[in-house]
Amino acid sequence: MARKLPAKDVVIVGLGWTGSILAYELATAGLDVIAIERGPWRDTATDFPPAYAPDELRYAIRLDLFLRPDQDTLTFRNNMSQTALPIRHFASFLPGNGVGGAGVHWNGQTWRFLPTDFQLRSHLEGRYGKNFLPPDMTIQDWPVSYDELEPYYDRFEKLCGTSGKAGNLRGEKQPGGNPFEGWRSSEYPTPPLRQTFGPTLFAEAARKTGHSPFPQPASNLSQAYVNPLGLKIGQCSYCGFCERFGCGNYSKSSPQVCVLPALMRLPNFTAQTESEVTRINLDSTGKRATGVTYIDTSGEEWEQPADIVLVCAFALFNVRLLLLSGIGKPYDPKSGEGVVGRNYAYQTTSGVGVILKDKILNPFIATGAHGMMIDDYNGDNFDHSGLGFVGGGYMGAGQTNARPIQTRPVPAGTPRWGATWKKATAENYQRAYSLSTHGSSYSYRDCYLDLDPTYKDRLGRPLMRMTFDFHDNELKMSAYLTDRLAEIAKAMDPAEIAASPRKGPYNINIYQTTHNTGGTVMGTDPATSVVNRYCQSWDVHNVFVPGGASVFPQNHGYNPTDTVGALAYWTGDAIRERYLKNPGPLI
Amino acid sequence: MPWVPGLASPPQPWRPGPWLFFTADEAATIEAVVDRLIPPDNHGAGGKDAGCAVFIDRQLAGPFGQAAGLYMRPPFMSGAVTQGNQSPDAPAAVYRMALKGLAEYLRVRFSGKAFAALSPQEQDAVLSDLETGAVELTTVKSAEFFNLLLQNTQEGYFADPIYGGNRDMIGWKLVGFPGTRYDYRDWVDRHNEAYPLPPVGITGRTDWTVRD
Amino acid sequence: MRRLMIACALSLCLNSAATSEGTQSFDQIERGRYLAILGDCAGCHSRPGGKPFAGGLTLTTPFGNLVTPNITPDQDTGIGHWTADEFVSALRDGRGHNGTRLYPAMPYPTYTRMSDDDVVALRSYFSTIEPIHNPVVSNQLPFPFNIRLSMLVWNAVNFTPGRFQPDPTKSQQWNRGAYIVQGPGHCVTCHTPKNILGGDKSDATLTGATLQGWFAPNLTMDERTGIGRWSAQDLVQYLKTGANAWTLASGPMAEAVSHSTSQMSDGDLESIAVYLKDQGRPAAVAAEPAPNQNMLRTGEAIYKDNCAACHRDNGTGDSGLFPRLAGSALVQAPDPTTLIRVVLQGSRAVSTTAAPTAPAMPPFDWRLNDAQAAAVLTYIRNNWGNAAAALDARTVTRARASLSANP
Repeated sequence: MARKLPAKDVVIVGLGWTGSILAYELATAGLDVIAIERGPWRDTATDFPPAYAPDELRYAIRLDLFLRPDQDTLTFRNNMSQTALPIRHFASFLPGNGVGGAGVHWNGQTWRFLPTDFQLRSHLEGRYGKNFLPPDMTIQDWPVSYDELEPYYDRFEKLCGTSGKAGNLRGEKQPGGNPFEGWRSSEYPTPPLRQTFGPTLFAEAARKTGHSPFPQPASNLSQAYVNPLGLKIGQCSYCGFCERFGCGNYSKSSPQVCVLPALMRLPNFTAQTESEVTRINLDSTGKRATGVTYIDTSGEEWEQPADIVLVCAFALFNVRLLLLSGIGKPYDPKSGEGVVGRNYAYQTTSGVGVILKDKILNPFIATGAHGMMIDDYNGDNFDHSGLGFVGGGYMGAGQTNARPIQTRPVPAGTPRWGATWKKATAENYQRAYSLSTHGSSYSYRDCYLDLDPTYKDRLGRPLMRMTFDFHDNELKMSAYLTDRLAEIAKAMDPAEIAASPRKGPYNINIYQTTHNTGGTVMGTDPATSVVNRYCQSWDVHNVFVPGGASVFPQNHGYNPTDTVGALAYWTGDAIRERYLKNPGPLI
Repeated sequence: MPWVPGLASPPQPWRPGPWLFFTADEAATIEAVVDRLIPPDNHGAGGKDAGCAVFIDRQLAGPFGQAAGLYMRPPFMSGAVTQGNQSPDAPAAVYRMALKGLAEYLRVRFSGKAFAALSPQEQDAVLSDLETGAVELTTVKSAEFFNLLLQNTQEGYFADPIYGGNRDMIGWKLVGFPGTRYDYRDWVDRHNEAYPLPPVGITGRTDWTVRD
Repeated sequence: MRRLMIACALSLCLNSAATSEGTQSFDQIERGRYLAILGDCAGCHSRPGGKPFAGGLTLTTPFGNLVTPNITPDQDTGIGHWTADEFVSALRDGRGHNGTRLYPAMPYPTYTRMSDDDVVALRSYFSTIEPIHNPVVSNQLPFPFNIRLSMLVWNAVNFTPGRFQPDPTKSQQWNRGAYIVQGPGHCVTCHTPKNILGGDKSDATLTGATLQGWFAPNLTMDERTGIGRWSAQDLVQYLKTGANAWTLASGPMAEAVSHSTSQMSDGDLESIAVYLKDQGRPAAVAAEPAPNQNMLRTGEAIYKDNCAACHRDNGTGDSGLFPRLAGSALVQAPDPTTLIRVVLQGSRAVSTTAAPTAPAMPPFDWRLNDAQAAAVLTYIRNNWGNAAAALDARTVTRARASLSANP
């Protein structure tokens, strides 16, 4: 029997990026806030100091900082004809855990979506006609526009101190930046990172072939910076241990560096760690949440009453919590009805490996987000007429590391072991570089999330089931992007090129990205969305899903974090300026 | 913010000593295997002298061997390749069964000679057959086991020496990886220049010791 | 009507009895509250996690342990039953209730400098804070130190009561700074080395001292081992925010910054800076012999692999995150206690409103052995223009043992 705790104004499920941002916004508005996080407290100097953070085996291979599947996982199948089986060992995507969430060990790639991305369906139908889109593609317009969200992108980037070069400042194109980006109200908070040899060579080749390369926007900072909360972020030292690792010298933007020290000073904020929220509780009408129930490490159940519930876990687990709490109608792909779990999408990545002639690349000198990219083939930046697909992605030279357990490129056909392998490994390590494409993943009727009928977690609750595969549209897009990238790679005068476009079926064993989106889509119509444009549940007005990627109607050709952060601030404002003054449905 | 002086969680360093997981026969086989997967040559030590067998032994004796943290609840059903490993067997069990199956296979094909006693060419042939699945062991799927073995061997060769392999940082020296060094700000702009400093691991490097 | 008037008269009498010791105007109480900040009363009399000024904090002295008393106005367990004169003589003369002699862990040797108005204001403030019932047994010193009468001798040797006398040849700002540093700020209590009795060495004012396993740095104008290279602005910024271009406050100073100096007025901080910047430079000390080259080479390698990612190859660190080692007085201090401690156990900087980050130095005791720690410390003490005595492994060994005995 859960014991009831004293009520708070706000209870936040999960203390990652969105949880930290919302906690700060609402605690500074005077509310009593508690955040409940199922993982441990994480602190730079204790958990990832430079003395043992750079340990590839522990963090990149054994995944020490990530969620353990035995605490929570999903079942997976490519399509409805299969029986979903548990993901017993995370590989394709790596959900975060603990205070800071994946914000601790992300790469820091900080991209905005395009203005046209926010009006995806109406834009594409408008340009190419309604019949251009496959009938089972369920993409939607976002209920917010780029223009509305722009100040919030700006806010999140200033929180992070993101390093970059603006390409479009208030409508004026700027040399050296991304000519395709949506307009920016201000320059990046810090200048772009200096580039190593590999990206420099790629940029030369990209320019030679008529493209517009620019430095990737990076939340690994080019110089020290103090953010609006008064928190200091250091200068990145290019250690090459970025994604999957915590940053040892305070130079990767994370909740730890950018929010938590200021948040923890607020007397009206509490963090409750190693406690897992098992459900959101509703009153007898089912239209109002009364708080959450959580379980602590000793197995004790507690009820935390609150007036507002913010669902700030990782995208996939936001969906599961709503399903387990009975909030919103679960999606049924057969009838097409229901919304929770609908429009799950991912990311369509591919690579082109090059081996250069007689170059010393020092590939271990790297940051998570430095690199030279082109956006010429993203979104609808290029004419899709006659190509047979929609969507696109950025591409370029952003190799984040050369950690030798995982990164030892050899020429195609080299044996996987033995004397030849050893020789090839020694000879090519310094000369090889990975280029990549990072393509969109649009939503489909048969790509969705629901509760598994068979498998349970350690608390006896059903695991969530993921049904997903790449569709022809995405595979065609990937082939096209990979071909374009290979053309630029050729201009680098390599000794060897190996192009690997994304091929189906989607394989859960191969790491791609942890950009899982959708399932609690934001929209204008309750028939096709779970939350409204303020990320407020249509069904339970005091429950919000503030900006986690689960609100994305589809995934575009960019990493999600910048948009997640912007939407978190957007929701924070909606709660502060609108909801608190007049609690109830905002639409 | 919660903080405690002196609190740190570095990995436990490996300790030299008897095998913690492998029997003497198993260890002899694994040592011979890793020396074929990564042979000694003019680039440096092979898998055996680099400590790969020791690495694998310590890993199997620890949480990795027990599949700690993984979702190991039933029912265990086989599915599509894209759905990932559905075996109920943790790596320690897999190795034990595989080595048993390999011994059985050698009894048949090489009249019971131990793997270590075969010639290098014979050893390579056996390994290739396992890799391709041309030979199926009775106890495990050969190709899957081979992948695990190769993966662990390469981990052992390139992981931090604190785990028992990559002795004298030979793996890192093979490719020119500086190890745990954390600051390259002075080298970002030095394109096409060789980086001169020797590698360093969690437990340091020889230059950390004062020599009179 | 008449009954009402009598009642009013009665209550008036009662009130005036309560305030017979002096007016309790808001101004005076507020002045007292600010003086309590200048004096950092909370630093000792408020236990972390306890109620304000209710005492209960254990102080480790070279003579044994003392536990700070409850100075809330609680009648039974606080100082509610003290007279005003007793409050004054506690601060001025080290004599408390019924003349009980206080131990100089209570810094009456410096509080004695405080003016009458200031002491009365403190009394006003402490009469109005929330009374907390918290019984404390203060005297936990071992025999013979627990005999308070022994303070008679101590005071005769080490204590000269007396108000602060302003220097007419100096500016008002200077005098204000002198008053704070010599009086309520009680900087000498930590920063002046002690004689064998635990009294201040009168010829070594503010040259640095070791207590509770930390070295409180030299605050003279010596450019190598003191703060001679700090500008007045550096000083003000350090005291106000806990961080400046040179270093970040941590250890016992973190508490002093967070409870006391970060809440001082800008004017007072500037006065302190004016005063300290006008202090002399002690006589030059003979240069130390150059350390062994092998040790420096080794220290350089260790520095590169352990320290440079934060403190940089050129030792300049990053203001507000990582202390500057090049030109640092703490690095070159003759007493390496803090240096060794910080390297072995790590340290967390103070968090203030102006500088909330509170970065932490991670511990290296698990990674560096005594010889390695000694080598890298010798290196930083002698590189980038720094010059200080080399450290040997034995010093680190002793420090390590001491830290595990007294965490």
